[in-house]
Amino acid sequence: MSVRPRLGVFKFASCDGCQLSLLSVEDELLEIAARLEIVYFLEASSHYEPGPYDVALVEGSITTREDEQRIREIREQTRFLITIGACATAGGIQALRNWADCDEFVRAVYPSPQYISTLSTSTAIADHVPVDFELRGCPINTRQLIEVISSLLKGCRPRTPVHSVCLDCKRRGNVCITVAQGIPCMGPITQSGCGALCPTYDRGCYGCYGPARQPNPQSLTDQLVSQGASTKELIPLLRNFNSNAPEFRRESDRLEGHRTDE
Amino acid sequence: MNPASCGTPAANPWLAFPVQITGITDETPGVSTYELQLTDAEVARNYRFQPGQFNMLYLPGVGEAAISLSGQSESGDRLRHTVRLAGNVTHSLAGLGVGGRFGLRGPFGTPWPMEECRGRDVVAVAGGLGLAPLRPAIDAILNAPDEYGQLTILYGARTPEHLLFEQVYPDWRQNGAVVNVTVDRSLPGWQGHVGVVPLLVDRMQLPDPENTVFLICGPDVMMKYTVSSALNRGVPAERIWINMERNMNCAVGLCGHCQYGPEFICKDGPVLRYDRVQPMLRVEDL
Amino acid sequence: MDRQERFLETDRLQTLIDVLTDAGYQVVGPTIEQEAIIYDEITSVDDLPRGWTETQEPGQYRLQQRDDEAYFGYTVGPHSWKQFLFPPVATVATAERTDSGWEMRTPDEPPPQYAFLGVRACEIAAIEVQDRTFLHGPYVDPIYRDRRDRALIIAVNCTQAASTCFCTSMNTGPRCRSGFDLALTETADGFVVEAGSDAGGRILEQLPTREPEATDLTAAETARQQAVDQITRRMDTTDIRNLLLDNLQHPRWDEVATRCLSCTNCTMVCPTCFCSSVKEVSDLKGDEITRERQWDSCFNFDFSYMNGGVVRNDIRSRYRQWLTHKLASWHDQFDVSGCVGCGRCISWCPVGIDLTEEVAAIRADAHQPEEQP
Repeated sequence: MSVRPRLGVFKFASCDGCQLSLLSVEDELLEIAARLEIVYFLEASSHYEPGPYDVALVEGSITTREDEQRIREIREQTRFLITIGACATAGGIQALRNWADCDEFVRAVYPSPQYISTLSTSTAIADHVPVDFELRGCPINTRQLIEVISSLLKGCRPRTPVHSVCLDCKRRGNVCITVAQGIPCMGPITQSGCGALCPTYDRGCYGCYGPARQPNPQSLTDQLVSQGASTKELIPLLRNFNSNAPEFRRESDRLEGHRTDE
Repeated sequence: MNPASCGTPAANPWLAFPVQITGITDETPGVSTYELQLTDAEVARNYRFQPGQFNMLYLPGVGEAAISLSGQSESGDRLRHTVRLAGNVTHSLAGLGVGGRFGLRGPFGTPWPMEECRGRDVVAVAGGLGLAPLRPAIDAILNAPDEYGQLTILYGARTPEHLLFEQVYPDWRQNGAVVNVTVDRSLPGWQGHVGVVPLLVDRMQLPDPENTVFLICGPDVMMKYTVSSALNRGVPAERIWINMERNMNCAVGLCGHCQYGPEFICKDGPVLRYDRVQPMLRVEDL
Repeated sequence: MDRQERFLETDRLQTLIDVLTDAGYQVVGPTIEQEAIIYDEITSVDDLPRGWTETQEPGQYRLQQRDDEAYFGYTVGPHSWKQFLFPPVATVATAERTDSGWEMRTPDEPPPQYAFLGVRACEIAAIEVQDRTFLHGPYVDPIYRDRRDRALIIAVNCTQAASTCFCTSMNTGPRCRSGFDLALTETADGFVVEAGSDAGGRILEQLPTREPEATDLTAAETARQQAVDQITRRMDTTDIRNLLLDNLQHPRWDEVATRCLSCTNCTMVCPTCFCSSVKEVSDLKGDEITRERQWDSCFNFDFSYMNGGVVRNDIRSRYRQWLTHKLASWHDQFDVSGCVGCGRCISWCPVGIDLTEEVAAIRADAHQPEEQP
């Protein structure tokens, strides 16, 4: 390859965990560096170059006016923009502010709140600019990240599965923990990607990869309620890393309207 | 219709044979014909296909795509596949160029009913890229004119520049075929029909409908209306054959993807007699 | 063959596992894992779920202690023998880049030689249903064939039934009639054993059995009858193929779609579902490729993907595809029902959808087919 595609890695409101996933691929990182020219990756190197970028990996959500502007600039300079992680694809855990009084948070957290300028919402990158591909997860799965990069290097459109966690869970030979133990699990409405990590260790899935394609959250929560779960217990399952993903948001709002346990 | 008798099923259906691109012909915007040579001499010697069958073209690391055979070279040892740029496999294929090497599994699926066509008038109706799977049947009929009745080819494309194999229509006519072409949208200089394919069926000469075989290949909607037109003209349902497309993954009836009611399109089709699928065509999302 | 019955005392069961192991088999049998009785490799009778049973309801499975020491006093759990004959993930082919193109191969390592211990009548029926898919069509699946050819089936007759069982409606059980190498019926004192094949007979000869007493045979018959008596769930299969295919627009499909999660659990636990997809697994350079076949499901959104979109683009059409395939078009394809009445899809549906209830609802308000002109 005469000219290596130029890669930029950008951070918005996030914990940096997804960028770290890229650094932690180790075995393949040298290979990636050999095939892509990493020109912007502040987490890895203080050297950086201006755009244009062939590929941008964008981590984090939009929570400030400045970020609203910065993502537009990155978009303009980027050919293929990939958002990585629940913050970038759904607003992240910080989207819980969308249900709360943000000013009150700021006053509670910062000694000098007057220096803080923030939006009252945390939203996905795709709510602001067109996105070419979304890689879900909190954090993202490094295997999937490699597959996405490898697809792009081959000139292919990346594809990751959109089915439920249950399929991966049963391929592993797991027993359904909801059916056998009555543990509330978001697996049936959550997109695969983690390899059904939590149910494998008898923990209910808490939706790190966001809604599966065409999920049916109401049927699941109706069933869990009929088996004794409280809406108080279910709302937090829908409201964590992907709380602002539309299908999860609608269902948690619906449950809130039907709270019976307070 | 035993697929085992249609081709040369490998001992292991998952084994791909190596092929090399020996020629690429650009046909219409986004559509090219790839001429492929099986590079293993023994495989090449044993490989036989029938009109209407398909191969799985396998680009290692990218995946497979089901592509109908659109013909073979004069010498018979090079297989033609007419491909539209659509997904990752076809884009990767386009990136290879002449000399490129990859894999092929096949041939698979049911062929056009050439026996049924023998001694009868044949109407080949195609929409868009649907002419490609029909081409080996057209060639077979025109190569043995004494064995078949009148061949009529009715073909529709989006615009005049999307007409596939346009350079051979004069030869087809020369060899006795009636070739009638229509486009959805005209371009300057176009003097032919404008309109959908089934209209050509409504207007065509059909002296002996009871003894005419229809071979149809195109998008689902086009096939549905073409069938209606043929039935209206008095063609019996059991003389109408359609070539269906569904998601083929294994191509050998083991993976379930291509099911259409009781049919596995990969092994019971892609060529199916209309009366067999008639009840299903009325149901959406089947 | 005149089937001779022998009796194996309870405390000699370990010899069966030992004989199988010595004969080169990898013994797979029931064991407790994640609060359920699953199938896994076992080496000792201590691995078996002795003294355990379960209760099952739509969407619910609970392990329970028995008041006796029965080894096989449970019905069927979330696993089936499908995961050993048709593994959830298997390599179907490999490709390696060479100087002159690609070296493409199919795997040729011999698979494990399994002895399945504790196969129930409905499960034998399920294996025979999958035989039709993988072995008896124009194309044979080499992965399934190699495992199936070498496998030994040691059946166990059910002595109780779960509330979700309906094998009697599907004519698959509860008694094992054929398709096994050995069949056991457990009584309080041991096992009545019969051989169903030469291979089974050779194993039987090596076991420290005795002639069964009349009381042993009566006890076995009573135990088997108990299973029959406990089966309460029914599915009316009268003309079921046409019933479903004539009612593809029945309002019940819309209703069930409001409950169905399209999560794939029913298809994963079903012992006859066979859908799969092949995935390319590649190193970053793209020089070493493995083609991996994975279990897939008609409930997956993109399972019916074609250029231009998916064919079954809502839960209604996907549930309808599953149920009509299982109970109707399976007959056209394989000359048998795709359902063996094991009830797994009822228990393991997270929202407890019960196919027998769905069929009954359609039947109760069925559209009569129009007379064809």
